[in-house]
Amino acid sequence: MTYLSASNMTGGYGGADILHDCTIEAAEGEIAVIVGPNGAGKSTAMKAVFGMLDIHKGSVKLDGEDITKLTPQARVAKGMAFVPQTSNVFPSMSVEENLEMGAFLRRDDINVTMEQVYDLFPILQEKRRQNAGELSGGQRQQVAVGRALMTKPKLLMLDEPTAGVSPIVMDELFDRIIEVARTGISILMVEQNARQALNIADKGYVLVQGRNRFTDTGDRLLNDPEVRKSFLGG
Amino acid sequence: MEFLNALVLLSNFVLIPAISYGSQLALGALGVTLIYGILRFSNFAHGDTMAFGAMFTILFTWLLQSWGISIAPLPTALLAMPFGIIVCIGLVLGTDRAVYQFYRQQKAAPVIYLIASMGVMFITNGIVRFIIGPNDQKFADGERFIIKARTFKQMTGLSEGLSIKVSQGITVFVTVVAVLILFWFLNKTRTGKSMRAYSDNEDLALLSGINPDRVVMVAWVITAILATIAGSLYGLDKSFKPFTYLQLLLPIFAAAIVGGLGSPIGAIAGGFVIAFSEIMVTYAYKKFLKYLVPEGWEPDTLVQLLSTDYKFAVSFLILLLVLLFRPTGIFGGRSV
Repeated sequence: MTYLSASNMTGGYGGADILHDCTIEAAEGEIAVIVGPNGAGKSTAMKAVFGMLDIHKGSVKLDGEDITKLTPQARVAKGMAFVPQTSNVFPSMSVEENLEMGAFLRRDDINVTMEQVYDLFPILQEKRRQNAGELSGGQRQQVAVGRALMTKPKLLMLDEPTAGVSPIVMDELFDRIIEVARTGISILMVEQNARQALNIADKGYVLVQGRNRFTDTGDRLLNDPEVRKSFLGG
Repeated sequence: MEFLNALVLLSNFVLIPAISYGSQLALGALGVTLIYGILRFSNFAHGDTMAFGAMFTILFTWLLQSWGISIAPLPTALLAMPFGIIVCIGLVLGTDRAVYQFYRQQKAAPVIYLIASMGVMFITNGIVRFIIGPNDQKFADGERFIIKARTFKQMTGLSEGLSIKVSQGITVFVTVVAVLILFWFLNKTRTGKSMRAYSDNEDLALLSGINPDRVVMVAWVITAILATIAGSLYGLDKSFKPFTYLQLLLPIFAAAIVGGLGSPIGAIAGGFVIAFSEIMVTYAYKKFLKYLVPEGWEPDTLVQLLSTDYKFAVSFLILLLVLLFRPTGIFGGRSV
């Protein structure tokens, strides 16, 4: 069952259109990855799904419900969570306070979810009282993802989560992402490290100039000679 | 013996006034730093907001005094302050609605808000002078001194007296209580944390579902409370004259910047740094040195670095130095 269905999205930042007829889908517990060359419109597609960009054609449906007209905050309430690429934590607040802010809209007891996040990212439990701004890049990314998970989302969107982290941390981060997906949360990820990302992807979308170019499972895309030649580097 | 006299002299003319003045500046600077951190602009109207709040406290004090209500030995102004605060809250929320909300919708640059706040400053100043007049107003009553100089001399046998005014004692006490409550609010309550989050990373705060209108409203309410308390205490301690509050803007901003804009701890530290600097640099140390140095070495001149007329020059100088060499302030707030 497709949980997220963003079809035929067309729109831009106000001037010319950046996305042309772009379709992104993700089923429950599935990892969908958007890859493509620089300037292909990957982050733009993600922002359109989240509602930070207006699309004048196409629609975004979550669990069958049309949410195209909703603001980003309203979409968070519907079960979407978004982790931006930069500026994704509250640097002067502690790790624990960051997680509390992630769950701001929730009125029930958040300790259970917080324990789950600490289980997933044990280093955060260790540094729970430290200011998020003092952590290393990889640890900050974990805080950012943890913060998004506090809303108990059904769809987690990550904009280049491994940007600027070392290869070992990148592997660790991808392992965690797989663990999160296993709990039934759909993941939508934009990635520059196309090879590693497609490796863990159930579905891959290759965007070129705002259009879908190739859409297939991660494995098949990795092995497709045309995809490899045009942009995975052979 | 001479050493004790010197110490008492310094406490009486430097230490105690500086602690009192520092507390008043700290409260004022807290209001400025809060607005800078959350609404991201320098609120030049803050001095006159203090005057407005103090003015209504005075009006309510006169009303209570005319009804014969008193809480001697404490000044009646303490009873009137809550009412002054309520009116001041009305003023700031009204100005936000009438002036700043418009620019927020336009996503104006911070300097536009600053100029707009100067307009608010002139209008508020005019309103205050219109209602209560430009002259000195007296509204203090109750006991004047906690301990009088003469009593102190009798108790200790020293030739120097130490006096602590009731208003000075109240200033320090109220400041401590206000600061404790403010810090509890910012660190332990959900609304307070959401305000810190909004100040830290506005976009992420909005993404987390924090309501920006609510944050703005609470920020103004807290600012009005702090401004009224600071203005009333200053008026009780020294005197109420509308123009004085305009002049207080300089040391208040200096305090907020020195401590680090956006940092509440910085505002408090900055307040005391500025107060102590102003008073210590303009104090005449002749008598103090007379107690300490041996016979024959007494200074002829007043040994005063700067005349008290130049008190504000001290804040200005410190402000300049901080902006040149460490613009983020002591506690590393935002660069101005």
